[in-house]
Amino acid sequence: MQTFISTLIDGLSLGSLYALVALGYSMVYGIAKMLNFAHGDVIMIGIYTLFVTLGAMGTSPLMLALSALIMIAFCALLGFTIEKLAYKPLRTASPLSVLITAIGVSYLLQNIALLVFGSRQQKVPTYFSLGSIYIGSVQIELLSLLILAVTVLIMILLALFISKTKLGSAMLAVSEDKGAAQLMGINVNATISLTFVIGSALAGVGALLYAAKMPWVGPYTGSVFGIKAFAAAVFGGIGSIPGAMIGGVLIGIIEAMMNVFLPDALSNASDGFAYLVLIIMLVLKPSGLLGRKQIEKV
Amino acid sequence: MKTRLQRLLPLVWAIALFGVILLLMVTKVLPRSYQQMLPTICTYIIMAVSLNLVVGFLGDLSLGHAAFYAIGAYVGGMILRYMTAIPFGLRMIVAIVAAAVVAFGVGAAFLYLVRKLRGDYLAIVTLAFGEFVRSIVKIIPGTGGSAGLTDIPTIAAGAFPAKYIKAFSWSYLVMILCIFFIVNLIRSRHGRAIMAVRDNAIAAASVGINVSRCRIVTFAIAALFAGIAGVLYAANTAAVNPADFDYNVSIEVLVMVVLGGMGNIGGSIIATIILVALPKILLDAAQYRLLIYAVALIAMMMLNANPRFVSFKRRVGEKLGAKFKSLRKGRA
Amino acid sequence: MVMLETKNLGISFGGLRAVDEFNLTVNKGQLYGLIGPNGAGKTTVFNLLTGVYAPTSGGFFLEGQSLAGKSPLEINRSGIARTFQNIRLFKDMSVIDNVKVGLHNAARYSLFEGLLMLPRYAAEEAALEKRARELLRVFDLDGEREYLASNLPYGKQRKLEIARALATSPKLLLLDEPAAGMNPNETAELMETIRFVRDEFDMTILLIEHDMKLVSGICEQVTVLNFGTTLAQGETSAVLSDPKVVRAYLGE
Repeated sequence: MQTFISTLIDGLSLGSLYALVALGYSMVYGIAKMLNFAHGDVIMIGIYTLFVTLGAMGTSPLMLALSALIMIAFCALLGFTIEKLAYKPLRTASPLSVLITAIGVSYLLQNIALLVFGSRQQKVPTYFSLGSIYIGSVQIELLSLLILAVTVLIMILLALFISKTKLGSAMLAVSEDKGAAQLMGINVNATISLTFVIGSALAGVGALLYAAKMPWVGPYTGSVFGIKAFAAAVFGGIGSIPGAMIGGVLIGIIEAMMNVFLPDALSNASDGFAYLVLIIMLVLKPSGLLGRKQIEKV
Repeated sequence: MKTRLQRLLPLVWAIALFGVILLLMVTKVLPRSYQQMLPTICTYIIMAVSLNLVVGFLGDLSLGHAAFYAIGAYVGGMILRYMTAIPFGLRMIVAIVAAAVVAFGVGAAFLYLVRKLRGDYLAIVTLAFGEFVRSIVKIIPGTGGSAGLTDIPTIAAGAFPAKYIKAFSWSYLVMILCIFFIVNLIRSRHGRAIMAVRDNAIAAASVGINVSRCRIVTFAIAALFAGIAGVLYAANTAAVNPADFDYNVSIEVLVMVVLGGMGNIGGSIIATIILVALPKILLDAAQYRLLIYAVALIAMMMLNANPRFVSFKRRVGEKLGAKFKSLRKGRA
Repeated sequence: MVMLETKNLGISFGGLRAVDEFNLTVNKGQLYGLIGPNGAGKTTVFNLLTGVYAPTSGGFFLEGQSLAGKSPLEINRSGIARTFQNIRLFKDMSVIDNVKVGLHNAARYSLFEGLLMLPRYAAEEAALEKRARELLRVFDLDGEREYLASNLPYGKQRKLEIARALATSPKLLLLDEPAAGMNPNETAELMETIRFVRDEFDMTILLIEHDMKLVSGICEQVTVLNFGTTLAQGETSAVLSDPKVVRAYLGE
């Protein structure tokens, strides 16, 4: 029972991390109508950035704050650049071309990392050592609670941003109908750029929390994590903030449970089962728990 | 409309090319390292042409083509390794047929399961499926687990150059048959149905095409050929390992399809030859190979979105088209 | 003899009733018009009749056979073919291949015979080629048969869509704004072609059109839709001079 509860909490914090990343996918998918395959790789680049800056400047609170800021800004800039250089020229191209380009960008980031840092996993210096508390006999890591709290906070802020600000309503308008938004005087290109900047900054926050929990990074760290987060976004419903949370937490808990409770004979293929869960989720709910059904106009 | 005899003409060329390459091999004009590379090229050509069926002709993106390559390699590898009572040549044929059947079945079952998904979602589930297969292989008895299946009897047996000649002959023969079937498929009414689904699924259904079945069968046929390519891989390398079939393999094949032109079989063949041979020729560039792939993918899409490039390509295409018309069909 | 009959056919999206209590009887060999202002629900009726949408109330019958709720595929195989308001050709395929896709179910060789190029494949393909070119000649498209469909001018694309629909040998042909985007000369020519198709192929045709010259020129009967409900129905000339109809078109 104790193992079950601590695994559940572990899954919850992992899941909220997925949710945070899922939000980035969901925003871009909702507004630019494309799967930003490279989103997960932006996280990977973010963690490598931490690896470099923390390695160079140390992990004192000031330097940590500085590193985190540099890293998040760098992720946002990277997202902005990717959109400008790779996706914008293809605004009118077929969805297949856009998807292939996104895969190309993802592959490019991975292989740049591979060339610069090699294929070996690198250890990011430890920066959050918060310890854990006991509730009864159940051990709870404080970091898990921190991750959960940060995610929930960001979601609330994002929801407020979208519903209360002018930029937020512009984003909603663009996601509904690009042409109509343009006619209403909304700068569609700027709005899409902004979406990428916010989404990538969220990926930066995700990188910060991810590396605190799992301080190892390799060229493919982000893509695997990203693909699962995208599945979470789809399952919860594209464009829905609570949906991303539900999808993310579900994947997080299933994964944490599998790591602990999968029989030894099958544990060799635990990766495979994680992907199986992902396939099942997409097959069961392609339009998402909280998403809207799209009707194609004939 | 051309006569059947005219359509068989490329086969005559294929046999002639086979003769020329054999001559270069026997006389050792072609160095050892290139002779060794030939079966790999044949294997990858089957992979690229079959993936083109899905990406170029059906218009769906699969990022898990390596899954069926893996299934073929393991089914074929295990038959070659364990069914030693059967003479080798016959065993190869049994392995190819079995791998084709299993890959077709798995491909059809998988696509039946995900038939409602298209576009980005289909890309993600195929990617997940690729990783699932690669991982699940480890816990299936007889596959050698994480360490892989070793000591597979190889078709490249004997002394140089006889062993490479044997390996090449098998691979080339199988490749030609695969291309022959795929080209015929595209030229049949079923091929037109596949392209119709790509161009407009709603209109295709309105003229009596069973869109869902068309997608499942096309995907399964592509899987079948990838399975056959897997057997060639197993029989050439003598060892297969789950790591040989990761996401990178699917991407590599996708790059071949995209570079050669989606919906262009001849293009896939040429792009494959270049991409397999290039790293060997430019040894210094080998470490940048994957980086170049990534740039190539992006650049091709950018160029295809550029009207001036598209019209240029069409002009060149029309000139070449007169010569190689038999190999071109579908998208310009 | 009744070809198509709809009984209280209706559909609602969410709370909105797009088409309500739609009743229509089209006799065999008739040229029937479906008209009405923009957004009246005409294309929705076509989408119901071809299985793109399933009706939420009522049903429809082709020669007495109930087809409501069937898939587009089943409905086409039962004998209804259509064209689309926003042209839906197979744009990266040649003109003749577009028609051959329409003939898909008319050819009888199997996948396997195709893969091996067995004799039946060759014979059936030759027959398809012949049949496709006959159809193209009806629409004066034979000269452009090797062009990509997307390279045809607009008016010819509409004709190609009709040829493709006819290739499926339907009993009932639904044309969604066949004259849209055509100049008066092209429209006049199209009217001739539609009449020719009706007579030559013994076809029943239901068409949506905004061009009143075309409607009054070739349709024997019309139904007027307005806000999803039937406003008037009957002989073309009588309906078109009905004050109710004139008001709906001109507004009050």
